[in-house]
Amino acid sequence: MKSVLAAGAALLAAAFAAPAFAQDIELADVAELSGGGATVGTNWKNGIDLAVEEINAAGGILGHRIVVTHADSQSNPGVARAQVQKALDSNPYVLLGPGYSGSVKVTAPLAAEAGVAQIMGGEAAELTRMGDKFLFRTSFGQQSSMPKVAKYMAEDMKAKNVAIVWVNNDFGKGGRDTITKEFDKRGVKVAADISTEAGQADFAADVAKVKASDADAAFVYLNEEESARILKEFKRQGATLPLMGETTLVGQKVIELAGDAANGARAHVGLTTDAPVESVRAFRNRFVKKYNYVPDHNGIKGYLAVYMVKAATEKMGKVDPKGVADALHGLTIKAADQPGLLMDVTFDENGDIDREGFLVEVENGKQVIKQILPKLQ
Amino acid sequence: MSNLVDLVIAGLATGAIYALVAIGFTLLWQTSQTINFAQGEFVMLPAFLMLAVASLGAPFWLAVVLGALLSIAILGVAFKKLLVDPMLRHGVLPLAIATMALSVAMKESVKQFFSAEAQPFPSIAPSGSVSIFGSSISLQSVGVFAFGVAAVIGLNLFLERTSTGRQMQAAAQNPTVARIIGVPVERMIMLTFVINAALVALASLLVTPIYLAKFSSGETLGQAAFIAAIVGGFNQVRGAIVGGLVIGVVDNLAAAYVSTQYRAAVPLMLLIVIILFRPEGLVGRSEERTV
Repeated sequence: MKSVLAAGAALLAAAFAAPAFAQDIELADVAELSGGGATVGTNWKNGIDLAVEEINAAGGILGHRIVVTHADSQSNPGVARAQVQKALDSNPYVLLGPGYSGSVKVTAPLAAEAGVAQIMGGEAAELTRMGDKFLFRTSFGQQSSMPKVAKYMAEDMKAKNVAIVWVNNDFGKGGRDTITKEFDKRGVKVAADISTEAGQADFAADVAKVKASDADAAFVYLNEEESARILKEFKRQGATLPLMGETTLVGQKVIELAGDAANGARAHVGLTTDAPVESVRAFRNRFVKKYNYVPDHNGIKGYLAVYMVKAATEKMGKVDPKGVADALHGLTIKAADQPGLLMDVTFDENGDIDREGFLVEVENGKQVIKQILPKLQ
Repeated sequence: MSNLVDLVIAGLATGAIYALVAIGFTLLWQTSQTINFAQGEFVMLPAFLMLAVASLGAPFWLAVVLGALLSIAILGVAFKKLLVDPMLRHGVLPLAIATMALSVAMKESVKQFFSAEAQPFPSIAPSGSVSIFGSSISLQSVGVFAFGVAAVIGLNLFLERTSTGRQMQAAAQNPTVARIIGVPVERMIMLTFVINAALVALASLLVTPIYLAKFSSGETLGQAAFIAAIVGGFNQVRGAIVGGLVIGVVDNLAAAYVSTQYRAAVPLMLLIVIILFRPEGLVGRSEERTV
């Protein structure tokens, strides 16, 4: 009897002897790890993992280790919603992702209801116009980037008649609606408005339509893999009109897939590992060392997302999931203070970003920065 | 007008791709009563086998040869022995369903063991283009078209004019009698599968540079080729090329003149019309069976 009591006491003591280290910060990531957006989600995930590894090696956030779980949305908004619901059930500190705007649109209400901050990769303009106080971008929204694209096409490319080729999902629709308004403001006519499907493999008819219209330039706004395919088709059909995009058209993965069909394509790019910024170059080297390939902008976005969590938590001075969103709103962070954020950045009340941007042209398989567009504030 | 010519030429190029995939369908059906719903994935896989060999350090030409040989072994011999033979005993429909399962398994395996992302694939056709009727067409597309036509002509000659080919047809039409007259039926059927595997490996080599190597590229190709085979005529190898070209052109014209969202619907509507009014296909032979 005595030995049973002793054993029982020992067990109880062991159960209550909590280990002497701080509770982990749990981040839940839902990303496009398969499907048409596999490039987006894989790069995003790798960026996150690199950031988590670096921060943990340096002692974590306020002494707490970060633990991240990844779930696959299969580039499908329905699946994304289910995965986010499952992730929210375990009360994560912050929700990361998805990258696809369509998936963000259906998952944002879930995170907002749970009061969990969501740092995602979507760029559709409407995402930060839903009145969601918990949603944050890692890259420019279309309302920030499209005016810059329209300005460049009207003033530098001197385009008067532009064919718009866009992907028929929330990302593409948002971009097309925004750029059409911007073209209208500048008196640039839309020669053709061509919608394509996500995951589309064959672009012969779409390129033929562009060639048949009297466009003197084309604005191409598709997701990554489709961008590569259409660039190849433009080359195959011998189309010579200048092509302009916004980030996706000239991504590193797109250049890899399209080969020399990508040369000559131009774009406004918010994030690129070819940026003439020391911290970005250093990040690129660390990424290449760990993963053996050059990341595209999605890799940078994932990396930034984790450092945004760090910046917000350090501003609060404590680990409080309910305070992350408030801490980020209106926050300006200099890269000198928070090197993980790579460039100075300001987050506004809607979760939009103000940061330096670049105008890029692809030459010989590399992005070449043609113009640097400064941060507005 | 030039736009229409552009679209038709582009459609013929796309259609040649569908035809290459459809040839295998019709060949397998004609010579061994096999419906292979994994045919699209059969065209997707050889490219990945070649990429896998190349990633071990082999030069491209060696990767192509080894990849093709691996494809013949897996998609020809192994497919027949491990899937077709055991399932055919139970009838054509169980076999067809088993090939549907095979297509899912192949897709997910490539996604799991290679990558979910698209991969670039070098082209063996020279880059550059030629002008036909005033519209520019790439040498890659010309290559695909030429290969498709050559494959159909070659197969037709083989099946009709050579002794082995006629033996293959005999084995398909009536295996019992064929055995009686001394045709090595099992060997003929195996030869069919090997020819199909070689064809899909070559199709893969031609098509993948255009569509990029991605685990899901078999889905659209397989569906388009299936429709092409039925529209053209499932029981004639030349039905594959007629069907493929028709579907390619119809698909492109639909995308341009109807709308991108409905472009996939038009070939399917054509399929329904053909099944209702000419079920043997455009150039197929009308077949009857006693039940």
